[in-house]
Amino acid sequence: MGKGMKDNVIISVKGISKTFGGLKALIDVSFDVHEGEIYGIIGPNGSGKTTLINCITGFIKPNAGQVFFQGRDITGLAPHKIAHIGIARTFQIMRPYYTLPAFKNLIIPLWSPRARKIGGWRGGGKHGDRDTVAVDILEEIGFERDSRVPYKLASTLPTGYQKRLELARCIALRPQIIFCDEVFSGLSMSEIASMLPLIEKLKMDGITLIMVEHRLRELFRVADRVMALNFGEKIAEGDYTEVIEDKRVKEAYLGSEEV
Amino acid sequence: MEILIYGIINSVTLALISLGFTLVYSISRLPNFAHGALYITTGYIIWLFLNKFEGFPYPFAIFIGIAITCIIGALIYRFILIRIRGMEISEIIATYAIGLAILEGLRWGGLRGMTFTLPVFYPGTVEIFGVSIDYQRIIIVIVGICTFILLYLFTHFNKIGLALRGIAQDERAAMMLGIDSDTTAIISLAIGSGLAGFAAILLLPLGNIIVEAGYNVLIFAIAVCVIGGLGSWAGTVLASFIIGFAQILTEAFLSTHYQMVVALLAIIITLLVKPSGIFGKQKELEERV
Amino acid sequence: MEMMRKERIDRGIKVRTEGIYAISAMKEILYLLGPRLLLIVGVLLLPFFLELAPYWKRVINIMFVYSLLALAFDFLANYVGLVCLGGAFFVGVGGYLSAIFNSYFHIPIYISIPLATILGAIFCTLTILPCLPLRGVYFAIVTLMYPLLATRVIEALNILGGTNGITGIASFPHEYVEQYAVIFVMLICLFGMRRFVNEDIGLVIRGVKDNDQAVRASGISITYMKTLAVFIASLMCCFGGAYIAHLYMWAGLSLFALDFSIIPIASVVIGGGGTLVGAVIGSFILVPLSEFLRFFGTFRIVIYCALLTTFIILKSEGIMVYLQRKYHQFERWVKV
Repeated sequence: MGKGMKDNVIISVKGISKTFGGLKALIDVSFDVHEGEIYGIIGPNGSGKTTLINCITGFIKPNAGQVFFQGRDITGLAPHKIAHIGIARTFQIMRPYYTLPAFKNLIIPLWSPRARKIGGWRGGGKHGDRDTVAVDILEEIGFERDSRVPYKLASTLPTGYQKRLELARCIALRPQIIFCDEVFSGLSMSEIASMLPLIEKLKMDGITLIMVEHRLRELFRVADRVMALNFGEKIAEGDYTEVIEDKRVKEAYLGSEEV
Repeated sequence: MEILIYGIINSVTLALISLGFTLVYSISRLPNFAHGALYITTGYIIWLFLNKFEGFPYPFAIFIGIAITCIIGALIYRFILIRIRGMEISEIIATYAIGLAILEGLRWGGLRGMTFTLPVFYPGTVEIFGVSIDYQRIIIVIVGICTFILLYLFTHFNKIGLALRGIAQDERAAMMLGIDSDTTAIISLAIGSGLAGFAAILLLPLGNIIVEAGYNVLIFAIAVCVIGGLGSWAGTVLASFIIGFAQILTEAFLSTHYQMVVALLAIIITLLVKPSGIFGKQKELEERV
Repeated sequence: MEMMRKERIDRGIKVRTEGIYAISAMKEILYLLGPRLLLIVGVLLLPFFLELAPYWKRVINIMFVYSLLALAFDFLANYVGLVCLGGAFFVGVGGYLSAIFNSYFHIPIYISIPLATILGAIFCTLTILPCLPLRGVYFAIVTLMYPLLATRVIEALNILGGTNGITGIASFPHEYVEQYAVIFVMLICLFGMRRFVNEDIGLVIRGVKDNDQAVRASGISITYMKTLAVFIASLMCCFGGAYIAHLYMWAGLSLFALDFSIIPIASVVIGGGGTLVGAVIGSFILVPLSEFLRFFGTFRIVIYCALLTTFIILKSEGIMVYLQRKYHQFERWVKV
């Protein structure tokens, strides 16, 4: 899986470090992600996964290190500029635009300069009716078009739909990379089961996905490669069998046996 | 030399003014826009006691003035702010409205002109390094510095003070440990108001009790706190020295009119360079994501 | 014992018409247009009624200016999330600019007002620009200072007539021009803003209030959106200022006065935040009220503040929200 695309590095992270006060959230983390692959980042709570995403997408400025996107240094750019060049992200704490109906939530990314430049979604009208495009995207991501769900207020949607809305907001931007921050957490098994084909489909469309998770089983079903973080340090990388067998990963999840 | 001495006096004055505002914000995250109004109220109450009751002892009037202001502060929280806690916009508008109501009410009630003055504690001047200073200003500096030290000791070594600091750092955790957030907020508002009154007692003898002074105090308190970083003690002290000296310098080389302009420009520049203020802790983790 | 509970049910027409516009019968059209027509026709006819009470003409003009300011405050606070306590700054800039154009450069009134509106809005936006990254308390604090700063600068430099202000500004050529100018602008702004906040770009601006991080993650600069919003709001306020300058034929420091900051806020709170119409209705109530209270002098402000605080602490939804609910919903008691 994905082995043939080794040369096509789309995003390259070199030696990112970040400290909050005295707390070292990230220590010299480096990794490369190839175009079109699904890259998983695992680690126990507080291991710096979300901080890593925040550093890459510009929401937090790293203390050291660089991020390259297609060879271009994007370290320290403003978040909207990073999103503009095609790096979308979801948020771990779902916060849809509560006062708007679900489909109107997508108007915002659809209105963004990037979406307008690239034009309509999958050949839709260029400036056309954003509402129609929005409902199309929602349908694609699993909102039943004929039900009232896409027209409900975002705050009244159940968690599963809110997670999808979060993802739909990224898709509407027509990005090259999506950072998914724990899209599976808080979902039931059946909800995850319906989410997995979606992820596969995004991959088919040529979008690179970087998934931060701590639900390992679900992640391993889709991820091509996995990296493990613990206390802000990268402790393993590779095929999921390699990572899961790694001694340090086991220690991180189960606790050290020597103690 | 003159600049140095008057700069120090001015800085301590500013710090005194803004102490109450910082205290309330750092403990209960309440922007107390009624600060200036409380300042003037204290002055007015003391004036009332001194002038309406012949021969009323000055220290006792001061004590009553501060006590009443403390109670007003506590009442404001107990009956008004408690209902809108956590809604930032409402907090600002409500405290601002209360402050305005008090100030304009006093103005309407006749607090105008030059007749309202408080006596200085100890009349006369002294010469230090060739600069003549009246005793009141020296008292301000000494008492001001003592207040800082006392407050520092109070918040670091006293049980109530520690509880207040606990609330300031993590409200939820403190509540789980049995510290009541509302009680501490009442205490903080009472102390904050008391400090406003305390500043008034020290500073008002130098001028008239006028409504405009209330607005000025509010503005300077906010200016100092914003520049120092809202809720930061060290920032408050540092910022009051920055603004204090900047003002004295402008006064010496330009004109008195620019005092306020300097304070406001300082705010805008600080916010441009570092939006959270000099010592402000931007809650990066919580707010950002 | 029987327990009763109050139940609210949407009227059928509203459910069908919300955003979908399935209008087929006269009754439905009337249901939708009725309240709007009532407001428009009522406001347009007002000058004729005022022939009976000429004293109130000026009050009514000022009232419309205040409703513009209240609209701007409501838009900024409840749709963009910027609480601007210094609305008077915008008014003052608009007023002074118009005064400068008309009095110093002798530009006729028809040009000086629009010019002052646009240039004033640009000026205000540029000066507010440094504060836009700020949020919540910080923004409120800093905007509170702007009108004060402006006053002090004018006093200190003794420019623009200093404390005396600029006099000799042309007045409006006719009474009806004077009245209808502000009435039309107010109506256009009101209905324009109502439409604007539901357009795509308006949704983006509302997104900034709901969740600014997600807007940034969508590749939109929130500073740009806020700038745009401030520009729109300051357009309305600057027009108000320019209009007042011409109305009184004078522009002075009182254009930066507290009234212009606090009354719009009170109007919004009383009328119902986030409805836009509520802001207008709130000022329709407060400004005539303040005229009645003129006798009390500065005590007026005390009364506003008391009203304002009461409405805030009782978490009142505001008059407009209440009326809307009564209009769109039945209420009935049902057994539990």
